[in-house]
Amino acid sequence: MGTLKSHALPPEMTASRRPVAARRGRPLRKRWSLAAWVALIPMMVTVVFAYLGTMLWTARVSLSNSRTFPSNDFVGFTQYVRLFHNDRWLVSLQHIAVYGVCFIVACLVIGMLLAIFIDQRVMAEGVLRTVFLYPYAMSFVATGLVWQWILNPELGAQSLLHKMGFTHARFDWIVDQDFVIYTIVIATVWQASGLVMAVMLAGLRGIDDELWKAARIDGIPRWRVYMSIVIPMLGPSVSTAFVLLFVAVVKLFDAVVAMTQGGPGTASEVPAKFIMDYLFGRANIGLASAASIVLLATVLAILAPFLYARSRSASRKEV
Amino acid sequence: MNSRKQWALKSGIALALAITGVIAQAEPLKANVIHWWTSGGESAAIRQFADAYNQAGGQWVDNAVAGADQARATAINRIVGGDPPTAAQFNTSKQFHDLIDQGLLNNVDTVATKENWAAIFPQSILESIKVNGHYYAAPVDIHMPAWFFYSKPVFAKAGIAGDPKSFDEFVGDLDKLKKAGVIPLALGGQPWQEKITFDAVFADVGGPDLYLKVYRDRDQNAVKSDAFKKVLASFKKLHDYVDAGSPGRNWNDATALVISGKAGVQIMGDWAKGEFSAAKQAPGKDFGCFPGFGPRSPYLVAGDVFVFPKTDNATAIKAQNLLATVMTSPQAQVAFSAKKGSIPIRPDVDVNQLDICAKEGIAIMKDKSRQLPNPEMLLSPDMQGALTDVITNFWNKNQSVDDAQKAFASALKG
Repeated sequence: MGTLKSHALPPEMTASRRPVAARRGRPLRKRWSLAAWVALIPMMVTVVFAYLGTMLWTARVSLSNSRTFPSNDFVGFTQYVRLFHNDRWLVSLQHIAVYGVCFIVACLVIGMLLAIFIDQRVMAEGVLRTVFLYPYAMSFVATGLVWQWILNPELGAQSLLHKMGFTHARFDWIVDQDFVIYTIVIATVWQASGLVMAVMLAGLRGIDDELWKAARIDGIPRWRVYMSIVIPMLGPSVSTAFVLLFVAVVKLFDAVVAMTQGGPGTASEVPAKFIMDYLFGRANIGLASAASIVLLATVLAILAPFLYARSRSASRKEV
Repeated sequence: MNSRKQWALKSGIALALAITGVIAQAEPLKANVIHWWTSGGESAAIRQFADAYNQAGGQWVDNAVAGADQARATAINRIVGGDPPTAAQFNTSKQFHDLIDQGLLNNVDTVATKENWAAIFPQSILESIKVNGHYYAAPVDIHMPAWFFYSKPVFAKAGIAGDPKSFDEFVGDLDKLKKAGVIPLALGGQPWQEKITFDAVFADVGGPDLYLKVYRDRDQNAVKSDAFKKVLASFKKLHDYVDAGSPGRNWNDATALVISGKAGVQIMGDWAKGEFSAAKQAPGKDFGCFPGFGPRSPYLVAGDVFVFPKTDNATAIKAQNLLATVMTSPQAQVAFSAKKGSIPIRPDVDVNQLDICAKEGIAIMKDKSRQLPNPEMLLSPDMQGALTDVITNFWNKNQSVDDAQKAFASALKG
């Protein structure tokens, strides 16, 4: 997350700094920027050594034949070839793609609806906001276990329905090869949509009341105002939420471990769990590093154009 | 580096002694021990070692890390980071062989020679701890990972007279249990538990020869044989006897099903006895145990060892040797195994403190031909992992035996 933020920050900062520098004289700007640089040094050292340094180190290890320990030999792209012949890795990639699309879409839709709902100046707004945001504050290690119990066909919802007399009711997704990944979607959407709601609500509150008054005078229905005016204006909020959700998808790990441990079989394995398993339990640092680098490259390939477009549009507005 | 550290240590100790004014007293042999035994029965067991070590003039510093993977990662990080513990726990397996290759472990040859390890310990364990002619680990227990534990009342209710003598008889018993309306086989559907179940079937149905050909020799023809196909088919047959709630279940929850009489039998390591005794159930009375089918069934050998990270510090080496001696001594071995549910690594111990399952295990261990090493002793961790993936896919998916056989063969190629 830290790395992504550092990618996102500089364009916006320069954009807001430019007019200030232009107004004031040159020497003043120089002094100011020196102080800024000094202040930034700790963060830059962290970025260079903790993030970039470890990334390069991981890339180097991924080209070696490391097992329990990082070793210095060079085997080229052997680990990458092994990786893409590894069924479990390929299956993990498929799962994360399905999961990612479902999770992001569901979170954005539900989060948006929750935000619009709360924005209607409902009673006890503070309480509702806390209720919706609360799942995000809890560790998934605990809530994942509760989800596991709820979804377990012998303990949870299905057995409850059976006891109530609906003996043909079936809700056993968590033990079903084809549906287990959707149970992870359900549980994590429950957790993350509150966060999306908070981001969207902040966006909605930023919209000028005059707009609403004008729309009311023109007699435009409420839903139409939302669809055609308000939601398009929420662009920045949506893209912030998207970045947050995307990062959550890539690092999906705790939910899987707490709920299914990757099972049944390998039906809910995900890349982050693959990496952790090979890093420690299976003592194959080389392969785990290759997998991390592939994951990093994928993230950059998807996020970089997105962030670039965002910074372009931001600087265009500035001008 | 080391001499400087040693100097720093010595001067530090001298300073400490000068400050406290205790000059004459000899310093106790401090031993920093990393292990992952944190549950009730386990920590009671490791306490036996700690007490024995303290009585022998040492000072045990306990470093319990929950979770085997975490504990091993901690040990490796500390060794690489230059702050090695005195001893660290690993499984009796190839897990620590990378450490040996990197020259990061001290050997305990002096203790091994003095205590005559070569004559006392079982062959499969010696093969795991003795590398290039040196002893690099002190074995502390033998676990058999694939016992069959069953509920006596449930077996009686289903009309099952005695222990099954063959796999077919076992399947017949499972049918009877199904008719009696209980879950026949309590399985925690996590990959490692499915692998244990598979290995139990493999050893019993396939026999020791095929088992060793596959796991030790990695013989492709053995994997492609009809005999191995039969092993896979027999294993998958058990899937008819587990309940729908099995996937993802923890092993102790599966044991609880047997304890409460909701299920008939569980295939699990002898550590499951701890759950039974915590529920006040006695072996032979409330629950029964058998290690396989019939009087010649193979006995899988697994267990735990402690390794001793490299150091030049004479005091630390003394502590390491004392630890190795104390942990393998007959008294500490019995006291430990009685709490842990394992069996001692040496046959010359007083078995009266142990339960009947452990006694049976010790009796079997005397017959060398029945001992079979755990797959982890024969395979590298990542190959064992790859095979576990194959088995868990076969168990959970609608995969044909032929496809599973092919997948197993290709995973074994590495």
